[in-house]
Amino acid sequence: MKVLVTGASGFLGSTVATALVAAGHRVRTLQRGPSKVAGVKDVLGSLLDPEAVSCAVAGMDGVVHLAAKVSLAGPAAEFDAVNVEGTRALLTAATAAKVSRFVYVSSPSVAHSGDSIMGDDAGPADPVHARGNYARTKAEAELLALAADSAEFQVVAIRPHLVWGPGDTQLVERIVERARGRRLPLLGHGAALIDTTYIDNAVGALTAALENIDRVHGAAYVVTNGEPRPVAELLAGICRAAGVQPPTWRVPAGLARGAGSLIEQLWQSTGGKDEPPMTRFLAEQLSTAHWFDQRRTRRDLDWHPSVSLDEGLARLAASYGAA
Amino acid sequence: MQSARLPPVPLDGLDERFSRLVDVPREAESGAAPDRVSTWHILDNGDRLAELGVKPAGTILCVHGNPTWSYLWRRLVSAATEMAATGAGSAAGTEAWRVIAVDQLEMGFSERTGRTRTLADRVLDLSGLTDELQLAGPVVTFGHDWGGVVSLGWALAHPELLAGVMLLNTAVHQPADTAIPAPLRLALNPALLKASTVTSPAFLETTLALAHPPLTRAVKDGYRAPYRSAARRGGIGGFVADIPVGPEHESHAALEKIAGGLRELTVPSLFLWGPSDPIFGDRYLDDLIDRMPHADVHRFEGAGHLIAEDVDYAQAALGWLASRVQPRSDPAEVAAPGQTTSVTSAEYRPLWHFLDELEDSVETALIEMRPATGARPLQVSWQLLSRRVREIAAGLVRIGVRPGDRVSLLVPPGADLTAVLYACVRVGAIVVVADAGLGLKGLSRAVRGAQADYVIGRLPGLTAARALGWPGRAISTARLPAAVARTLGVSWSLGELARLGQDTPLPPEPRPTQAAALLFTSGSTGPAKGVVYTHGQLAAVARALSRQYGVGPGTGLVAGFAPFALLGPALGTTSVTPDMDVTAPATLTATAVADAVRVARASVVFLSPAALVNVDATKAALTDSDREALAGVRIFLSAGAPVSEHLLARAAALMPNAQAHTPYGMTEGLLLTDIDLDEIRQTVPVVGTPSGVCVGRPAAGSRVLVSALDDVGDAVGSPSDTPDVTGEIVVSAPHIKDHYDRLYLTDRQALRGTGVTGADGARRWHRTGDVGHLDDVGRLWVEGRMVHLIRTPAGVITPVGPELQSERVSRVARAAAVGVGPAGTQQLVIVVETSPASRRVRLAEHTLAAEVRAAVDAPVAAVIVVPRLPTDIRHNSKIDRAGLADWATGILSGGRMGKP
Repeated sequence: MKVLVTGASGFLGSTVATALVAAGHRVRTLQRGPSKVAGVKDVLGSLLDPEAVSCAVAGMDGVVHLAAKVSLAGPAAEFDAVNVEGTRALLTAATAAKVSRFVYVSSPSVAHSGDSIMGDDAGPADPVHARGNYARTKAEAELLALAADSAEFQVVAIRPHLVWGPGDTQLVERIVERARGRRLPLLGHGAALIDTTYIDNAVGALTAALENIDRVHGAAYVVTNGEPRPVAELLAGICRAAGVQPPTWRVPAGLARGAGSLIEQLWQSTGGKDEPPMTRFLAEQLSTAHWFDQRRTRRDLDWHPSVSLDEGLARLAASYGAA
Repeated sequence: MQSARLPPVPLDGLDERFSRLVDVPREAESGAAPDRVSTWHILDNGDRLAELGVKPAGTILCVHGNPTWSYLWRRLVSAATEMAATGAGSAAGTEAWRVIAVDQLEMGFSERTGRTRTLADRVLDLSGLTDELQLAGPVVTFGHDWGGVVSLGWALAHPELLAGVMLLNTAVHQPADTAIPAPLRLALNPALLKASTVTSPAFLETTLALAHPPLTRAVKDGYRAPYRSAARRGGIGGFVADIPVGPEHESHAALEKIAGGLRELTVPSLFLWGPSDPIFGDRYLDDLIDRMPHADVHRFEGAGHLIAEDVDYAQAALGWLASRVQPRSDPAEVAAPGQTTSVTSAEYRPLWHFLDELEDSVETALIEMRPATGARPLQVSWQLLSRRVREIAAGLVRIGVRPGDRVSLLVPPGADLTAVLYACVRVGAIVVVADAGLGLKGLSRAVRGAQADYVIGRLPGLTAARALGWPGRAISTARLPAAVARTLGVSWSLGELARLGQDTPLPPEPRPTQAAALLFTSGSTGPAKGVVYTHGQLAAVARALSRQYGVGPGTGLVAGFAPFALLGPALGTTSVTPDMDVTAPATLTATAVADAVRVARASVVFLSPAALVNVDATKAALTDSDREALAGVRIFLSAGAPVSEHLLARAAALMPNAQAHTPYGMTEGLLLTDIDLDEIRQTVPVVGTPSGVCVGRPAAGSRVLVSALDDVGDAVGSPSDTPDVTGEIVVSAPHIKDHYDRLYLTDRQALRGTGVTGADGARRWHRTGDVGHLDDVGRLWVEGRMVHLIRTPAGVITPVGPELQSERVSRVARAAAVGVGPAGTQQLVIVVETSPASRRVRLAEHTLAAEVRAAVDAPVAAVIVVPRLPTDIRHNSKIDRAGLADWATGILSGGRMGKP
């Protein structure tokens, strides 16, 4: 089929695009810069550029929408523009172009109000209670996307949780960089169970959703490895794979949340461009449990993770060893 | 006067479609004009059933008490309707029940007529309503609080319609010698009555505050809805004023008539009771059981007066109706507890038969190594014991103890306990034995629940009984100073009883089918449950022990395990109680065992695992003579909880000529399988992944089957002996319990799906709550408790396998496997004690976690190290996995890293 992947310059987006090409699909991408994915046709432009968007969706059977402002900080208006309005524009254009499949790549944080999650299934997206601008705008956009679902234009929301793997500049690199600089503390005792998604599994779930959309459209699914581990073990595992010393010093979780809040505000008021070293959202993410009931996801998508956590860590270590 | 009306909508949980108003012509003699009617508000699912095209099996007529209204029954109306709707679509044809829940006149949303209503009026009012509704049978009444009395009055007046009665906490009789409950006394004070019930909502609010857990605001508002103003609360005051506080009260005669009539009522009956009720406590339940001994009773530990809010009474009631009032095909499902007792065995010999046979023997029956009265061992001959038992038994009869009376024994093991126990059972009294190891709180709950008529104890036990308000008339083992006896309310001492009983003939012997004992479970898996044994079943326990271990007349028996110790005289042995604090088995030393063995020339030693640990730990103090004495032991038994191979082996090394055995059993069935040390050694695999603990082959006539688990961990399989199928262990033996005391639903659960046919028709079965499998040579392997199953997305994991696998890691001393998260998507978590022990709770470091993960044949989410795993106090060996799972859930969700 002919598939448009938005945000194909990112870690997950480029891997999805690569996998779709490998599976024999004709793939087009849309993002501001080149995707650098072999075998795809890049359309360069922003989601907020109507011409680029309608050009990108023209003639497509399916869309995998990954493009988003992914950050832990920044002005609210930017998140609204890219994540909400960008998605709205893409949905409108795709409907007009008679696209029939639309996979909205979301995040479990859209339904998370800050409490620990222990084996819950995907709840409805909740922009009112979502924590931070990213989660709020992704929630609003997911609601928009699912509201557009119909028999002719089938929409599904897939929420991969903490995607990582070789080549990941978001999660893995940040952890490794901070650990290397001895700037990575453990929040609390590090026992909170966290489930993550190895890159190949996230890609597998997204392609399964695209292929089986007639069975799953109209719903939202959280995707993970289904292997929760204490956050300290995960961080240590990633550090060991990268050949750096795992974190040894601890910050009380409550203190980190408070400090995260403060740093976040200071960072913004002093015009910090990049991300603050700690945000309240991140502090919560790293000190409360986040793991999910995967039974419905696996049954409905007819998909099962192919790479275990330990295998994933081994592949990560291999990639660092090669580099 | 205010006319009836429909409740406002919405009210939490109340489906307004069930509400309707019914006009009932008033009785001519009520003084009103004959054309007047009274209007009732009722909940009625009749129309809805008709819409569903369901013909009800009958009607449940629900009557609320004071100060509630039909809102109390909302869940039953909904549940019965839902059941009908589900059943209508299924081929199974679940029976449907019409539910009619009334608001009594002056109450709820029924009419305020302005009249004062007596109990007799209320029964007549209700009859007028059911006439108007043209209620046809069968009808099952269901009442709560004073509505219970009204419902019973209706029941007695309509025998032609009546198919059963059900009650939630209620009372039909105020014993003359006891005060009425304090909360009611207060409300009844003439100066306060109107202010507390009508002018202010105090009585209403007090009642609403009795729920466990507290009611939500929405539900409270539901109850408050009809009683928003003083003008609407007149009925509450009228109801309280109608409580017959004495014979002169106008409703007294009506109440007495109803209370008396219950003795003639033979329809199936169900009492669902919340014991934490400051108004209608357990003694009212006791009174009801006395009047209706055939009733099925379930006490919901922790529930109280508002039992309808505290527990799922609706499903309990509907389930009971299905089995009792609408009998179906499965005989085991409908058999009443206590009625399934098989034909008395020809082998039956009463527990006291050796006391009769050996009444002239000067041989030793009992030795108490450290009697309360002195430092030297106390030796009691058969002759003396026999006479003592006979005299106390006759004395008990003289003071009024009747067959079926309950006598709570707060006496530590030894000569006194033995004498009292055999005296009680000889006269047909039911002995209540609750182990002090339950702890004071657990013991108190157990003793209160058992509602003993008499308490026999030593000073500490009686002091506790008095202080905690345990029921029963007190008898002390020793003569107490008059002032102390008075303070403790002690009426007699054992010496006085024996004197009273001298030269008094004994009553006829109780029948083997009569209840003999009420034993309490350890409480390590929930509140302690009372387990009833009949004479026939207790005699069968003695027979089983004798058969399995060859214990009998002439055997010297060291009785370090209480339940078996009491059976010494029934076995004809010379039993010796070693020097130890029986409430703390871990105080038994190796020297104390050797002393006991030497004095009794004992060839059999029974110990508990906790005692075993200390015996092993104190073996250095043994002298050569001690060791020589121990070498005379032929059989040594560790009973009460699983024991590890090496602990058993170390203990066995102290008794080199003894066969070491360990039986598998529980309070409900004390000896079900047995295994000896040699076989244990064979069953511990050198390689491979262990999945359970082998407890040996069925012992002493027991049968052991397994009810297979389904994908979600429910034991749904028909009990079978197919090897290698994991499921709930189901047992049958002549010596298993008769039933649970006042736990009807627990009884049903224990009998569930054990319907048997053919040659097994007379067998009684018991679901143990343990999970395990049989192997291809018929040995049983225990894999844990049903309540501790770990229900993961990949299937059900039984805890013992991962625990044994973890314990193969050299640094792991002991492990517990628990599940965290919702059932069906739980994660396996291993909690370990390390060697050497960790000083604090922490996540296992990388290598330990990796070793445990490699050793366990299922994915492990986390490995937590603790200084010590929590175990129950009695056995000091059973790990409280349920508590540990809650604790692990807290930590793994990001909570505080506290100790378990």
